Amino acid sequence: MSDLTEQFRERVLAAAVDKAPLRIRGGGTKDFYGNAPAGELLDTTGHAGLVAYEPTELVVTVRAGTRLAELEAALGERGQMLAFEPPHFGETATAGGCVAAGLSGPRRAAAGAVRDYVLGVKLLDGKGEILNFGGQVMKNVAGYDVSRLMAGALGTLGLLLEVSLKVLPKPPAEATLRLELPQDQAIEAMNRWGGQPLPLSATCWSDGLLTLRLSGARAAVAAAKEKIGGEAVADAEAFWRGVREQEDGFFSNAAALWRLSLPAKTAPLSLPGEPLIEWGGALRWLACDGPAAAVREAAARAGGHATLFRGGDRSEGAFHPLPAPLMAIHRNLKRAFDPQGLFNPGRLYKEF
Amino acid sequence: MGSLEEHRQLDEAGIARLVAGLRRILATDSLLVAQEDLVPYECDGLTAYRQLPLLVALPTNEEQVVEVLRLCHALRVPVVARGAGTGLSGGATPVAHGVVLSLAKFMRILDVDPVARTARVQPGVRNLAISEAAAPYGLYYAPDPSSQIACTIGGNVAENSGGVHCLKYGLTVHNVLRLRVALIDGTVVEIGSEGLDSPGYDLLALMIGSEGMLGIVLEATVKLTPKPQLAQVAMASFDDVVKAGNAVADIIAAGIIPAGLEMMDKPATAAVEDYVHAGYDLNAEAILLAESDGTPEEVAEEIAAMRAVLEKSGATEIRVSRDEAERLKFWAGRKAAFPAVGRITPDYLCMDGTIPRKHLARVLTRIAELSREYDLRCANVFHAGDGNLHPLIMFDANRPGEVERATGYGGKILELSVEVGGTITGEHGVGIEKVGQMCVQFTQEELAAFHGVKAAFDAHTLLNPGKAVPTPRRCSEYRLTGSAK
Repeated sequence: MSDLTEQFRERVLAAAVDKAPLRIRGGGTKDFYGNAPAGELLDTTGHAGLVAYEPTELVVTVRAGTRLAELEAALGERGQMLAFEPPHFGETATAGGCVAAGLSGPRRAAAGAVRDYVLGVKLLDGKGEILNFGGQVMKNVAGYDVSRLMAGALGTLGLLLEVSLKVLPKPPAEATLRLELPQDQAIEAMNRWGGQPLPLSATCWSDGLLTLRLSGARAAVAAAKEKIGGEAVADAEAFWRGVREQEDGFFSNAAALWRLSLPAKTAPLSLPGEPLIEWGGALRWLACDGPAAAVREAAARAGGHATLFRGGDRSEGAFHPLPAPLMAIHRNLKRAFDPQGLFNPGRLYKEF
Repeated sequence: MGSLEEHRQLDEAGIARLVAGLRRILATDSLLVAQEDLVPYECDGLTAYRQLPLLVALPTNEEQVVEVLRLCHALRVPVVARGAGTGLSGGATPVAHGVVLSLAKFMRILDVDPVARTARVQPGVRNLAISEAAAPYGLYYAPDPSSQIACTIGGNVAENSGGVHCLKYGLTVHNVLRLRVALIDGTVVEIGSEGLDSPGYDLLALMIGSEGMLGIVLEATVKLTPKPQLAQVAMASFDDVVKAGNAVADIIAAGIIPAGLEMMDKPATAAVEDYVHAGYDLNAEAILLAESDGTPEEVAEEIAAMRAVLEKSGATEIRVSRDEAERLKFWAGRKAAFPAVGRITPDYLCMDGTIPRKHLARVLTRIAELSREYDLRCANVFHAGDGNLHPLIMFDANRPGEVERATGYGGKILELSVEVGGTITGEHGVGIEKVGQMCVQFTQEELAAFHGVKAAFDAHTLLNPGKAVPTPRRCSEYRLTGSAK
């Protein structure tokens, strides 16, 4: 529970003098994600602790090295949660890593992503300056939205010191249902129900079974259960944890795991292997050892993109290539925040 | 790095080249050069600031926008994008030696997809028109700024507009999936996607709320939300604004996220009641509107829960809308608050600070003190759920010194918002109005980072120069004189 800002600042300034890149790392639970980390280790886990938590303001501010599990437990004590239901991928996951990775869990399609809940950040830039963007309030349009830009930037724009997140009350009631449906019909059903005022909070299709979670007021959940039908799932919490943390059987035999982000109504793709589908059809996991180009092309044709999430051959990079004008903007932004390229070089794209 | 001060005005020959070039790109009636034609563009909703542009371009298609940008980029002419001109911070105020690029002719709804629950629209489409087009499918576009009848989606993107339902349904940034954007050199890029995320940095978040300073929106794909079966609003009266503020915290502490949660003080309700006859309690020091939406059962459950909380928090009267007509009537007053105040004063300034709600009592007390100090009346409407406060400062521009007093008073309110840990603008943008107070909210280094972001998109500072992010020189002036002008 200490404030290591000054040590971090000295470290960044020294790195700038030595021109020695830094590899920012929290609990290391997402080391597998993105391109291979490079640089001298800068461990953020010592910089931990809740800075402020105001349940009635729906805002929490934490130091980046705070364990995600600790943060969620503190929120849980007051009946609140991180609505984007982030994956931890290990008990040492930190709040800073959660924001930097920008990964959201099963509730994403209904509630929004990490970036939707980032209200403010305090960071160290590549010149060792401490900068504050956003704040602890829900509406804030003063200056460019730099805090949301940090979500998913994989630490390449700065070292996150503190993050302020919007939190929400836990729903009073939840129910999980399961129906037998083939893939195409499941995609259709998820989109149809998504267009109705139903309290759908998560969906998952795998191996001919569509599992749906309803969350909200007791009356609304009861009415939706009636409408959708299907069978109640007994150990629902374990099921959704398995999907979120990728402990589900589907993920265990994947040599190369692809993450395809697509328009939700996209029909089943003609790629080898059956996917696991989440987010009402907008997120599709695929275990596929075939060439990256085929997967990327199929995703792009559908209007989405593909990430090589775990394993596989990363020589072409983990993330979907960017069109030249967007890559130019990325490099310019990187230069603005980290002129010497100190932070996590190459982790997002090999170009910066 | 470029800055407004460094822009050199075109000489006569340069202007002639610009006009000749634009005439080649645009139809005759799409280029305004005569002074009488430029006058309607001299200001936006912030009428206290007026400036004639060099000329106004009204392209009708994407190719023309691209060509206009290429030409302006080549000649280093500033470009100020404009939608409906309803903005309240002067984001669309012209620059004297620049072009106003009006997107008013981009009014087509290109596609409404009821299965994907998206609408693809041109930037000049009005906010409300999207919901109207989606209505046959039981869908709507959630952000609903008070100006939604007139304001355009392009302007909403530029300002990250909110509305009275954003506590539950989010701001523009939460409801836009994809933008087609022209960069200053005419390059067209797709930012975001019809999926739920995109590779690389979240440029979509950066674009939204960027006040027309990073690119020109050519097309937006927005998220549509299923229309709830029922909505009902509870209206509670309080004999003390502090009690009303605490009631808001109590509702949220009870685990309820109302679809709308609004507060008005006595001067605001008085002005509104006289205008729309919404049936507001004129004896109350503050009234609170708390809306619930969902299935009939869900609404009944939530309204009952809110009623219990409001009673416990000391409401002196609680009324729940009995039907849709009454619900709309209750809201009509809140939505008409700005014009209602406009009726009782020759001029008013609408402030837009956001504060942590726990400081509401302190902030309102100080606003009342300042009202006496500056000898100007003030009514307060408050997006209470998300802490966004709109003090409406009433003045008469024809009385000597009142404009200065009003802006001085407004500036103090903004500084107060920052002092309690809030921000100078929740949803109206910085524009030209609050550019000085940016020096209060941000350090020199933070402002430099903003300039870095700007330069990443627009190296010559041609898009909407002089807005939103002050130069270091402006800040030194502001700190010396308390005024950025």
